[in-house]
Amino acid sequence: MTRELETRELTIRFGGHVAVDRVSSRFRPGELTAIVGPNGAGKTTYFNLISGQLAATAGEVLLDGRDLTRLSAPARTRAGIGRAFQLTNLFPGLTVVENVRLAVQSAAGVHYDMLRPWMRHGELTARAEAVLERVALAGRRHALASALSHGDQRKLEVALMIALEPAIFMFDEPTAGMSVDEVPVVLALIEQLKQDRSKIILLVEHKMDVVRTLADRIVVLHNGRLVADGEPAEVMASPVVQEAYLGTGARAGPA
Amino acid sequence: MMPLSGDPPRSRLLALGLAGIVLALMFAPFLFPGAKPLNVAAKICIFIALAASYDLLLGYTGIVSFAHTMFYGIGSYGIAIALYGLGPRWDAVLLGVTVALPLAAALALVIGLFSLRVQAIFFAMITLAVASAFAVLASQLSWLTGGEDGRSFRVPELLRPGFTLVPQDLLGIAVTGRTLTYYLVFACCAALFLLLLRVVNSPFGRVLQAIRENPFRAEALGYRIVVHRTLANCLAAAVAAAAGALNALWLRYTGPDTSLSFAIMLDILLIVVIGGMGTMYGAILGATLFILAQNYLQALMGWASATAADGGLPLLPALFHPDRWLLWLGVLFIACVYFFPAGIVGKLRGGGK
Repeated sequence: MTRELETRELTIRFGGHVAVDRVSSRFRPGELTAIVGPNGAGKTTYFNLISGQLAATAGEVLLDGRDLTRLSAPARTRAGIGRAFQLTNLFPGLTVVENVRLAVQSAAGVHYDMLRPWMRHGELTARAEAVLERVALAGRRHALASALSHGDQRKLEVALMIALEPAIFMFDEPTAGMSVDEVPVVLALIEQLKQDRSKIILLVEHKMDVVRTLADRIVVLHNGRLVADGEPAEVMASPVVQEAYLGTGARAGPA
Repeated sequence: MMPLSGDPPRSRLLALGLAGIVLALMFAPFLFPGAKPLNVAAKICIFIALAASYDLLLGYTGIVSFAHTMFYGIGSYGIAIALYGLGPRWDAVLLGVTVALPLAAALALVIGLFSLRVQAIFFAMITLAVASAFAVLASQLSWLTGGEDGRSFRVPELLRPGFTLVPQDLLGIAVTGRTLTYYLVFACCAALFLLLLRVVNSPFGRVLQAIRENPFRAEALGYRIVVHRTLANCLAAAVAAAAGALNALWLRYTGPDTSLSFAIMLDILLIVVIGGMGTMYGAILGATLFILAQNYLQALMGWASATAADGGLPLLPALFHPDRWLLWLGVLFIACVYFFPAGIVGKLRGGGK
């Protein structure tokens, strides 16, 4: 199935401040796009506009030509947009496996079954366990999410999105705050998702080495505007990007 | 209960306590003969169902509602008005229940759709306002509800004290209409509790917990949280109305004080908090301890005070004077909440790990 995500002139204003300013872009399956830019550039806000946590002031979000702009966040999730959050956003009082099962359950469309106990939904538990294997968290399946280390919570955050089986994966700084030895697990996962050529992957990331390894394409936001879009090498070399990252007047040098 | 819900008590002490309470309630008419013990036992049954339905809201979904007694009252008044108007007939009982339960659920739906999308504190305030308005309405519409006096009514013959099924059994206790009513109350409350236990352990119940833990994330996973919250609200309302109907049948009377008063709302809140929020089993322990304390603490203190006076101890007789029982009840609750912040069930499970 060919799927295409598009934003047309996507804009949000908070009072007088324009956080995302007429950003138009298209994202295709099998392509990993890194969205980069300095702090406050509007990267996470742009993500929130796509996945529905914020409502756009103007512009459109289209998935396969279908207008999602007026849909709520849950409706967009059901349409196939998966999101992992920058600040860890879990169900702290539930166990690791219960966290993932909730995502699996949503993907399977089991929203309102009131009378069949959880125990008898063995297939959902099995799928949750499989996702936990993939993110190397199976050993902690019965720990409370709140009891996990920061790195493990980041992995669980990613696991929730994978368990949703979306068409679009949106990673918001998936490796932020992770220890050096934990980062490869998450990077390998993203690499693995890339191999499946049918997925659209968006990645907000500050670590340039991560961006260089993973990205097929880089979109640069600066003060809410899209200032560059293209192949990684070409974008990284462009003067406008150097300026956005290093400030006006700074000389381009080895980053 | 394991095969029914897949949610074991997860603590040996808790399992023993629950089994003890259930057995005592099951054989209450034979173990504790007399009018008062049976009244206490029936009230415990009814409050187990009522508190469990409130736990569905407070403990599982994280909704603070002050309208629970309103739904309880709708059930009580449904039975009272039907039996008062139509006479002591079974079809009147049926009519009362079939009108009251959907009415409670429908009212919960309306309140839910109007206010469950707003912040928790607004929902709490709205339920408080609606419940107060309902209580005023119930006391004003005296042609229908009997006003402040309430309605006394006759129940079908099978449930009357005068009806005797077995004159004197081997234990020397007669099986009367009261015994039958008690078992009706017991069986219905057990069924309601098991239904709720099943619901909280279903996929739907897990989504409710997810909403309690992190509503923002539950939405991001694709759940319509307003629909889930509203459904939980409707289900809790219907169960509360059923408990109210049973209470009316047991008392053969419904008035503002037995069904709508804010004191009952506080009792429910305390039972759920003391028992343990979000555990269901907490409703059983909480209701039992609370109702026992409410009914027997005064007598116990009278005995303690008299014993202390006989022993010639200073101060203690005055301290434990039966007139001060409410003070000690309050002290007990504060101690409970202070020492078991996760409730009795939370404490038992935590200790069992």
